[in-house]
Amino acid sequence: MGKKINAALIGSGNIGTDLMVKALRSTDINPVWMVGIDPASDGLAKARDRGLKTTDQGVDSLLPHLLEDDIRIAFDATSAYVHHDNARKLREAGVVVIDLTPAAIGPFCVPPVNLAEHAGRREMNVNMVTCGGQATIPMVAAVSRVQPVDYAEIVATVSSRSAGPGTRKNIDEFTRTTARGIEIVGGAKRGKAIIILNPAEPPLIMRDTVHCLTATEPDQTQIIESVHRMITEVQRYVPGYSLKNGPVFDGNRVSIYLEVEGLGDYLPKYAGNLDIMTAAALRTAEMLAPEIAAGHYTEGAAR
Amino acid sequence: MSQPKITLHDMCLRDGMHPKRHQISVEQMKAIARGLDEAGVPLIEVTHGDGLGGESVNYGFPLHSDEEYLRAVIGTVKRAKVSALLLPGIGTVEHLRMAKDLGVATIRVATHCTEADVSEQHISLARKLEMDTVGFLMMAHMLDPKKLLEQALLMESYGANCIYCTDSAGYMLPADVAARITLLRERLRPETELGFHGHHNLAMGIANSIVAVECGANRIDGSAAGLGAGAGNTPLEVFNAVCDRMGITTGVDVMKLADVAEDLVTPIMDMPIRIDRDSLVLGYAGVYSSFLLFAKRAAAKYGVSSADILIEMGRMKTVGGQEDMIEDVALNMARAKRA
Repeated sequence: MGKKINAALIGSGNIGTDLMVKALRSTDINPVWMVGIDPASDGLAKARDRGLKTTDQGVDSLLPHLLEDDIRIAFDATSAYVHHDNARKLREAGVVVIDLTPAAIGPFCVPPVNLAEHAGRREMNVNMVTCGGQATIPMVAAVSRVQPVDYAEIVATVSSRSAGPGTRKNIDEFTRTTARGIEIVGGAKRGKAIIILNPAEPPLIMRDTVHCLTATEPDQTQIIESVHRMITEVQRYVPGYSLKNGPVFDGNRVSIYLEVEGLGDYLPKYAGNLDIMTAAALRTAEMLAPEIAAGHYTEGAAR
Repeated sequence: MSQPKITLHDMCLRDGMHPKRHQISVEQMKAIARGLDEAGVPLIEVTHGDGLGGESVNYGFPLHSDEEYLRAVIGTVKRAKVSALLLPGIGTVEHLRMAKDLGVATIRVATHCTEADVSEQHISLARKLEMDTVGFLMMAHMLDPKKLLEQALLMESYGANCIYCTDSAGYMLPADVAARITLLRERLRPETELGFHGHHNLAMGIANSIVAVECGANRIDGSAAGLGAGAGNTPLEVFNAVCDRMGITTGVDVMKLADVAEDLVTPIMDMPIRIDRDSLVLGYAGVYSSFLLFAKRAAAKYGVSSADILIEMGRMKTVGGQEDMIEDVALNMARAKRA
């Protein structure tokens, strides 16, 4: 283990704040800055309490400090719209960006499926798909590594309390980006995503259903084994990821019923959708950290 | 409030897709739409039961695409306008644009009654495209009138020119409808139209719709022969006859609409649309009506009771769209039974 890499968290909402709590436990990443736009943000207050530097003036007010604070990696948990601008500015400054918005400028990363592929490629921007994508794409991949999947569809049901204003303002981004991730990373020929917000009290724990239609009759033994192996992989960074039912086989349909319980770092445990996103982003950053420390990421401005 | 004039909105080619497992043929759609048009029904909804983009493993693959159905019906009707339903989270703005391009006049953006803010993107675009734009608050029985008003005001602020109180579970009693519609009428802009969408699970479809009109609603959903989810929608031909007796103007011919229901819609039913035990449970327990057939199928497959599945779905406070939980619940019940 080398020295920690200094990081900035951009966005002080649910995702950014949950990520901060996790990053503070990391042995590879050292969160130094949190950037928001709302002075009254609870996330910024929490960041100050935990000793981070903060600004409520957006990413522009972070840029002058990148060099002096040796910020090498940034997590963007703003919105797809804002990310386009942030991505350009940070790239020019030579900062590697882990994008948690659905902007998807960089390649998708779903750790148990393709994190290893990203190692050594030195991409300056990787995208974490969506919360529903992180929860379900591993299962699509678990089926598609056994045999071809013509079509995969996921239904993500999250507690209303865990869906922030960014998600709500552009819910189409979720369905679109997740569907694309199902195809590109999950390996399905065609992907579809559905998201449901449920306001029940007490809040429901995130539920995800994955339906795959295999091209030929499903090989039940191999698929069951592959799904269980993948569940174990995801549990390495999201312990509350569990198989509730399935795989159910019905003709060429393979259905997998999941529950994702979070660690309860910022929002309570029901918000597994936040956890799986932030845990995956942190895991990605930790994997890139040694290479960044070794100076392999030198694109952009001279540092 | 004497001699009100209202707009009837037929659902049999959209909500009616649920009991037909989305298998209505284009020819059947055209024949029914022609009949409704000739009877004077001004607005006809045509979409997958779960709205634009609803084709899926989760909700069922339709016989034809939304695009094919819409094109066929729009090409058939002479006076009637055609509407499409869109549930954000399932359908997207691309679907909305497609519908607009095909000539859909009315878009109804539907959210669970507490989640109006996910409709901003779709309502504001529909308004920009100068469509008749409806905010459709589903499962409205789950929210008290004041909170329902807050959600309605959001949709109105995004640009909806009509707001619906939607009784997706067929749970509401006339007093529930009166409380909601009265408050919405008082507090929404006077030019904002108000609608009511009923399900007949407790046989309250007509009574509830009449109360809605008396409290200020001017758009009423119903379905010829009641073809719709659960025990069906408010049977439109019956409601129209009641309106005629009460002096509520609909502009729809009583006997011609009765003919459409009897001669065109009833013959295509796969089973009678009636209040069977499961539909009664939907209305009694406040469960989303389109869960009905999914519960019956899962019950048969896993050897458990469909009524018990629906009661459990109600206990879990599931909302529209959570059809995936039905197989999950049935599997849990089957496992508990074995243990």
